[in-house]
Amino acid sequence: MSGSSLRGHAAIVGAALAGLGEAPGRSSEDIAIEASVKALAEAGLTTRHVDAVFGSLPGNANPLSALLIAEMLGIQPRFTDNNRTGGSTFLSYTLMAAMALKEGLCETALIFYGSNQRTASGKLVSSVKPFAYEAPYAPIFPATSYALAASRHMHDYGTTREQLAAVAVAARAWANLNPQAFMRGPLSVADVLASRMVSSPLTVRDCCLVTDGGAAIVMTRADRARHLPKKPVYLLGAAAATTHMNIIAMADLTRTAAVDSGQRAMAMAGVAPRDFDVVELYDAFTINTILFLEDLGFCTKGEGGAFVASGAIAPGGALPVNTNGGGLSCVHPGMYGMFTLVEAVQQLRGEAGERQVAGAELALCHGNGGVLSSQITNVLGTEATL
Amino acid sequence: MTHPPATGTWTEGPGPDVIFAQHLAAGEFRIQRCAACARHVFYPRLVCNHCGSVDLHWQAPSGRGTVYAVSVVNRSADKGGPYNVVLVDLAEGPRMMGRVDGIANDTVRIGMSVRARVGQGAGGEPCVVFDPLDPDVSTDREGSAR
Repeated sequence: MSGSSLRGHAAIVGAALAGLGEAPGRSSEDIAIEASVKALAEAGLTTRHVDAVFGSLPGNANPLSALLIAEMLGIQPRFTDNNRTGGSTFLSYTLMAAMALKEGLCETALIFYGSNQRTASGKLVSSVKPFAYEAPYAPIFPATSYALAASRHMHDYGTTREQLAAVAVAARAWANLNPQAFMRGPLSVADVLASRMVSSPLTVRDCCLVTDGGAAIVMTRADRARHLPKKPVYLLGAAAATTHMNIIAMADLTRTAAVDSGQRAMAMAGVAPRDFDVVELYDAFTINTILFLEDLGFCTKGEGGAFVASGAIAPGGALPVNTNGGGLSCVHPGMYGMFTLVEAVQQLRGEAGERQVAGAELALCHGNGGVLSSQITNVLGTEATL
Repeated sequence: MTHPPATGTWTEGPGPDVIFAQHLAAGEFRIQRCAACARHVFYPRLVCNHCGSVDLHWQAPSGRGTVYAVSVVNRSADKGGPYNVVLVDLAEGPRMMGRVDGIANDTVRIGMSVRARVGQGAGGEPCVVFDPLDPDVSTDREGSAR
């Protein structure tokens, strides 16, 4: 077991989704607040209990999002974090919340996200301005950066477009078990290959959805969590690693900082890749899933393509991955990190319905921010894993 | 600072982005070299990303590079597409984004040798682009990138 006193010290006691898919007429704030209130309600708590608020909203309309949402909820927090590392940031909020809870800086932490990007603009709302040394070549942000990584992985390891497509096919198969998933219905490797090319080798079906959606979780100390209505889901390990911001500054496009974040998060939790029952990876693009499976140690470097093509990550496979349908087929409102956490919580509580992984006790959530830039891993577990 | 600046200009005058752009506007491609660790730096910076020194000096690179990764962006013709976007590892070490001109997009290959020149970006602005470097003719085309 790990020597970290953070292991299992804090637990997720509420988790909720809101505005998944399309939420016409609703602002990003509305969606975030709906999720927040629902998450508190299932925890048996109200806004009056919250004394720490963590979160961010898409774009730059109001970068002080955590202050705004706290104000709108009538909360005057004594601990606030509005850190922005891209879509991964929510998996650092859990770590920060656990640290603040442990130190007695707060009692009840709310973590939120909400976006109306689909119904408001129909496209990704990004807070990243074009980089002067990339803009003249007009890459699509962020798709081309991921496409470049995919091209290099194909070159170095013989990964194929069919293997990339297998990630999207597996995600769709999970989505077909999830009534809340935005994209459902049959999807084959041939369908993915035949869909519109965006930035080669990635087609539109290799790219995540553009949806609305929000999510929130509530965290408190483990000793308090046991007296609340929901089965606690404990934070056993968490770690972040960053290698770059822009893709030109990423040393090896086939190896992400998930190698580092994964090792440290698993060391804190005292677990190994083989121990996980369910894995939720930030699949903004199909290449992400392959890279993260390799970098987190679920298969060896270069074997990710063959691993996913074997059916291992699909329903019925040896390693259930992105059991909600992922960013590729369930929901992707600009920043996806929260959705890895909420899906893991539902799986560990046994509330995932038709897509439930039987006996799920240990889950890995992995967040990605920027263009493979920020990598943050969380290990979550049930009481049995403490 | 471990390495005080040789010129004293790292705290004064135009920053590295401005200097790079001035060279580019004059048709010149320049990168930085660190006097402390002897490694090259791109994109332009105030501080060496390898060793932390501020003793960076501008120089003309050889212009030679190798394609590290490639994607063809499938935008519509009215948006200038399709066109290729590459990452190129310069002979001096740094990696940069670019575009390979003069050949079909689907023939741009990882590992291909290229040579830099100052061309035009998507908005007509000057930027560094690359031409395929034919190994048969490279020997009589030595010289720095212009």
